[in-house]
Amino acid sequence: MADKPRIKLPKEAAKGEVIQIKTLVSHLMESGQRKDAQGKPIPRKIINKFACEFNGKPVFSCALEPAISANPYIQFDARIDEAGTFKFAWTDDDGSVITAEEKIALKA
Amino acid sequence: MKAINRRQAFALGGGFVMLTLVPMAAGAEVSNDAAKWIEKFTGGKQPAKGKISLDLPEIAENGNTVPLSINIESPMTAESYVKDVLIIADGNPNAGVATLSFTPLSGKAEASIRIRLATTQNVVAVAKMSDGSLFTEQKTVKVTIGGCGG
Repeated sequence: MADKPRIKLPKEAAKGEVIQIKTLVSHLMESGQRKDAQGKPIPRKIINKFACEFNGKPVFSCALEPAISANPYIQFDARIDEAGTFKFAWTDDDGSVITAEEKIALKA
Repeated sequence: MKAINRRQAFALGGGFVMLTLVPMAAGAEVSNDAAKWIEKFTGGKQPAKGKISLDLPEIAENGNTVPLSINIESPMTAESYVKDVLIIADGNPNAGVATLSFTPLSGKAEASIRIRLATTQNVVAVAKMSDGSLFTEQKTVKVTIGGCGG
């Protein structure tokens, strides 16, 4: 599949702090509206769902439509109450899932 | 697009009633399934104005990637938080853009994405709170180059 998704978040946060998470994944996000050189429509192939969990609990998710730009960039926030692991998952129309993990520690 | 000369302009004036009967011909005011999306999301309830700040450029040079930021006023606690936010574009071939789902763990009801806009149109956001109340906001974006291929 494509390149590794890019995720940006701080390495550590104070308890209760709200941090910002930026994600970007490489994907063409073929809308299904375009036509190829022969005039045939190119079938739709997009990431239709993104979800982020922290220690198994849902933090943020979104359902995406073809009106999302190629290489979908998603930025959102998360409140950190404990150290743990973020899990990210992007689901493709064809059923494949791109996953990533990031750890965050509490500031001493 | 063809420039309209004087004679055609008169003809257009005469044919105005006809044009309003054929919405597709009117161009910018394309009706897609936007109303259906909103109705499905709200369950027929009328959302109130306010609480949402929707940040979009007034003029987008390239409709292929238009930055969109949304921020909704909410304490984001287990008792009161923003649940879902529907974003639709009323001039795209398909009205749906995204549905964002927040949880109290989100900390802030704030997100940024990049969207495609086919033409100059309104972008509408509807937010559903944990208590079931609904809020809406909309912005008009002028698009110079459409973003839906062709």
